[in-house]
Formats: sequence, structure tokens, C-alpha cells
Amino acid sequence: MSEAKNQTKTIKVNYLARVEGEGGLFIKAQNGKVKDVQLRIFEPPRFFEGLLVDRAFTEAPDITARICGICPVAYQMSACQAMENACGITVDGPLRDLRRLLYCGEWIKSHVLHIYMLHAPDFLGYEGVVQMAKDFPQEVERGLRLKKVGNDLMSLVGGRDIHPINVCLGGFYKTPTFRELLEFADKLKQAHEDAIKTLEWLSTFRYPQLERGYLFVSLCHPHEYPIDRGKVISSAGLNIDVSQFENFFFEKHLPHSTALHATHIDADKKERDYLVGPMARFNLNFNCLTPTAKYYAEQLGLTPPCTNPFKSIAIRAIEVLYAIEEALRLIDSYHAPFSSKMPITPKANNGYGCTEAPRGILYHRYEIDEQGIIKVAKIVPPTSQNQKIIEEDLRHFVERYFSQGQAVLQHHCEQAIRNYDPCISCATHFLKLHIDEE
Amino acid sequence: MPRHKKPKLAVWKFTSCDGCQLSILDCEEELLAIASRLEIAYFLEASKRTMRGPYDISIVEGSVSTPEEIKRIQDIRSNSRIIVTVGACAASGGIQALKNFRDKNDFLSLVYATPSYICTLDTALPISRYVPVNFALQGCPINKGQLLNLICALLEGRTPNIPTYSVCVECKLKGNICILVSKNAPCLGPVTQAGCGAICPTYNRACYGCFGPKETPNATALASELKTCGFSNADIARVFRTFNPTREEFYQIGRQYERSKKSD
Repeated sequence: MSEAKNQTKTIKVNYLARVEGEGGLFIKAQNGKVKDVQLRIFEPPRFFEGLLVDRAFTEAPDITARICGICPVAYQMSACQAMENACGITVDGPLRDLRRLLYCGEWIKSHVLHIYMLHAPDFLGYEGVVQMAKDFPQEVERGLRLKKVGNDLMSLVGGRDIHPINVCLGGFYKTPTFRELLEFADKLKQAHEDAIKTLEWLSTFRYPQLERGYLFVSLCHPHEYPIDRGKVISSAGLNIDVSQFENFFFEKHLPHSTALHATHIDADKKERDYLVGPMARFNLNFNCLTPTAKYYAEQLGLTPPCTNPFKSIAIRAIEVLYAIEEALRLIDSYHAPFSSKMPITPKANNGYGCTEAPRGILYHRYEIDEQGIIKVAKIVPPTSQNQKIIEEDLRHFVERYFSQGQAVLQHHCEQAIRNYDPCISCATHFLKLHIDEE
Repeated sequence: MPRHKKPKLAVWKFTSCDGCQLSILDCEEELLAIASRLEIAYFLEASKRTMRGPYDISIVEGSVSTPEEIKRIQDIRSNSRIIVTVGACAASGGIQALKNFRDKNDFLSLVYATPSYICTLDTALPISRYVPVNFALQGCPINKGQLLNLICALLEGRTPNIPTYSVCVECKLKGNICILVSKNAPCLGPVTQAGCGAICPTYNRACYGCFGPKETPNATALASELKTCGFSNADIARVFRTFNPTREEFYQIGRQYERSKKSD
């Protein structure tokens, strides 16, 4: 161990692979202590909040969808909710069920993409899914099949799997027929088996040890696992309406990243980093999972509090199983609505929206005028909220495993970043800032 | 010429949402077949494995919006036999090209506390403004069927069969009732390139032009028709200035109606 003294290690990854968007990693550690950790997000900024100004309120779902090709539904749903909130309407009944059904499609697609194609290769020692397919053909085919069900569900309800076209303020342009949904239910039943096999497969993985005391933040609804609505809660007792979000969460602009760092200001005015995404949802809403999802979670030894970030891959698989069962429930209870959308007229007002993107809460606020022209837009995506937590995980991880070889350490650091399925394009569209550092 | 060597494919990302390169991973039923016909030499979203160029085919997503990206696309060009661009960002700057119409400095301070940390060009422009491009797939996002068609054509050395006619043709083939005529909706179908399968009109909504202009569109005539239907100059400017705002035909109409919006 004495050699570890006076030892300096620098881990530098110029381009992170198997994440969405462009980022790198820089860690400097000396004598087992981490001096500097930077998740370097250099994705070019795209200025969405600026681009939205002077656009019509009806355009926000289509425009913000383009922030991300992987979670466009999340943007459409948060934007719709915010605009509807500004105009004083709430979409309920079958139209709301259809929105949740569409969102289930996105959860399935995005989570399965992450589990099989981006993250599993880390656990099994492959560079990517194509290389992994040579040794795990059945598993990869299963993953592709499962992902396709998510994509197909998005196409059925949303018209297209990437940047769906069927979503509008007040509901949809066109609603699917009950017959179309019933036919789809058969595909979901097949997917249900694949989801369970996915969980069995993940139970054979070896998870690196790292337990951390996180502050979890997610939406919470009295009797639903949170997807499309709810209050914002935390594991420290926060419980606020979405409209209060900006009183408790702030963003900073740091020089090493084109994405902002979000922090939570708690009741004692203390700044804290916090975690959003599957682990937060799971730990804060375990009771709202379906009995089957709970059963498999328990079989895998996953019960709240689960604080090992490497187990997020298994929690995603639990959420895939949940989303399939929820989609089946929504189809089973579906009654075609009288109209595909509720009427909406603009009102000069502020509107707030927050939904659970696959990788965590996504907050939107808009100020619109009486013609429905957007005057101010603010968007807080999940990855800018998790950025600080990712850096803290790396700090703990490197200090714990400092004596390991550079290559092993680097591999695990990259894997630790992928625990969050970071969506870097999302994180860099740019936001208004409050505080500056350095 | 090594006869049995698989062609080397590279996939590059510029300023974008990642949606078009995701379309490659979304070819669930064909992905492993594609991987067996090509050597995936560089595709960071999918694999850590990277091989050095030269590459036979480079698929490029996104627009050029930073000085670093100018240099990178030039390097890629000199290292690639064929460059195909995918998506509206690469073909026409994409949604972020809306910044081209405003003053950069106003924009930066609107969204950043410390603009000096940010290095960005005044414009987001198509790849073809910086280097010659062999083929461009339009769409925001591209259509998976067209992507597979393109990859097969490149493997077989033939010209890809990508239609350049308008969305209206696909719409008529589907038997839809014209949404512009029957619903007075601002449909860009007549000037937009086919490829999506006319999904928007099929879902009862007006085409918003995400596939960009078709070959020889008459955007002037469509804009006058929209004016007759009662849309304001500002509405018309916005319709043409969304996902393909820098393509010549859409750009001209956008500029003309934006200028005259005070007379609304």
C-alpha cells in the first residue's frame, strides 16, 4: 500500500462512448484523494429557450421534442402540461390515459436501448452491442425485440417513434381505435415475457460495490407510479407543487461544461446535490409498482432504499416490466373519447409542467401572452440535474478503488457515468442562469 | 483492391438531438444484418471500439455550429470516400439554425450567465456549406426505410432510390382527404419532400415540413394560398421557419413574410 502514497493518477476520456450526446471525463487524484472531477460536456449549445421566444404556444411540443431524439415524448408531455396549465385546462380521462400509454412506449424503448445496447456491454466486458451479439445472440435479439415494442407503441399512439407527430395541446390530432389497441396488447404480452427474462439475465450480473447517501427527487402521485404527473418530492421530505420548482432548485454555469449544474436548496437554505431518474422514482414510489414488478424487484434483492448506482440497470428493467403492465392496464380500460382533443385558448399567463423522462424529472415553464406567443421559456432536463451527482459518484468510486490499475479504474468510471444514461444533448440546450462560480 | 474486406462505416455526430443516428439502432430487425455486411469502424453512440480511417462510408448527423466542428468535418471529408448526411440538421442546419436570424451576442447573454465560457459560431449551417457531400437524406428525423435503402444502395454500388416528389403524392396514395382544402390547415405537403409516408395528414394534422423542400417546390404559390386562407404573415413566416429554415426555398419565404409581419 505504501506505493500508493505520492501517486498521482489522471483519468482522461476525451469522448465518452455509448452515451447520448458528446461528453468527456477528467479526473485527477493524488495519494488516493481526488483533487478534481469533471464530467466535461462539450456538446454544442443549441439555445432552445431562446429559439422558443416569439413562437406560438402550440409549437412548443414539436419544437422541444427536437431537444432529444431519445426522449422526445418527455419534452412533448412536459410542454403540453405547462401550456395547458397556463391556459387553465387539465387533460383527463381517456386522453390522459393515451398520453400515459405513449409515455410507457418511450420508457420501454429508452430503457431497453440503455440496458441492452449502452450499459450491459460494460458489465460483460464488451465494447458495444455488436461485439456482444457474437456471444449473446439470444439476449441481444431479445433486447432488440423488446425495444421494437416500445418503438411500435410510440408509432401507434404518437404517429412516429422519433419525434412523434400526433401530440398536441389538449390531447391528440387523432386517437387510435380500440381494435388497434387490442391488437397491440398481444405484442405487449410477448414483451412481458421478454421483460421477465431480462430481469433474470440481469440477476446474473456482478455489480461493483458503491453505496451512497443520495438525496432522491422524483414526482409522486397518491396512487400511481409517477410518469406524467404528481408533486415534486424528495427523500428529505420535500413535497411541493410543480409551480414551486424554481424556489427549491437552482442552476449554475461552470466553465468545464456547456450544461448547467442544478442544485437543491433545502429548508435550511443549504445547497445539496440530488439524484433524479429510475433510482429516485423506485425508492420514493416502490409501493405504487405492480405486484409482479415488486415481486421481481424483491427476487433481485432490490428493495428501498437501494443506493448502489450500478444497480440502476436492474431498476430500469423493473420499470420496463411496470411500463408493459401499465400499458396493458391502460388498453384494457380504454374507452374511446368523444373528441381527440380538448379545446384550448391562450391566456396571458405562466404555465408549469413536469413529467418523468426515462432518466428523470423534466421541468418546463413558459410565459405566454394573450395571443399564445411565447415570451419566456425555461427547461430543466434530467441530465443537468444529475451532473453533480455523477461527479460525486466518480469521486467516491476513485477514492475507494484507487489502488486498482488505471485501465480498470477508467473502465469503471465510464460505467459509473453510464449508470445515469446521461442524455447530453438534452442537457445542453441552455437555460437561464442564476449563479456563477470561479 | 482487397475483395473480401468489408466496407468501413463511420457515424459522426455534429450539433443535433442524436435522433437520426438513433434511427440506425432503431433498425431492430436489420441491425445485426447490417453489422455483418459492414465494419462499424466508428460509432460512439453504439460502441467504444474505434478504428482509424480512411472510411468507405461516413454517415454524418447534425449541423456545424462551432469552430471545432468546421475542422472536424474537414478531417472527416479527407478521410472518407463517401459522405452521406442524415437529417434536417445536416441538410439544412436544423432547428438550431433559427439562431442564424438573430444577433449572436443578444442570444448568448439571453441564455448564458458567462458567455465567455461558450464557444459557438454565429450560425448553425448544413454540412454541405463546409465540405462536398455525396448524398443527403432529409427528414427530422430521417425515415428508417430510407436509411436502409441508402445503406443497401451504397453496399451494392447503385444510386439510392429516394423520391424527390412531394408529400402530396404519398398523401394521395394513402387516400387521405386534402387537409389544406378541407380543414383550412397550413399544410406544407405541396412543397415538402416525401419520405415520411404523409404521416401528419394521415393523423389529421397539417404537414409541418420536417422533411424539407422537395425538388423544385413552388413555395411562393403555397404561401399566397395560405394568405388567402386567412393566415397572418407572422404565421406563414413561422411555418416556413421551423426545422429547415435555411434551405433556399423556405428561407426566402420565411424572410419575405417575417419582414411584412408588421402589416398583420
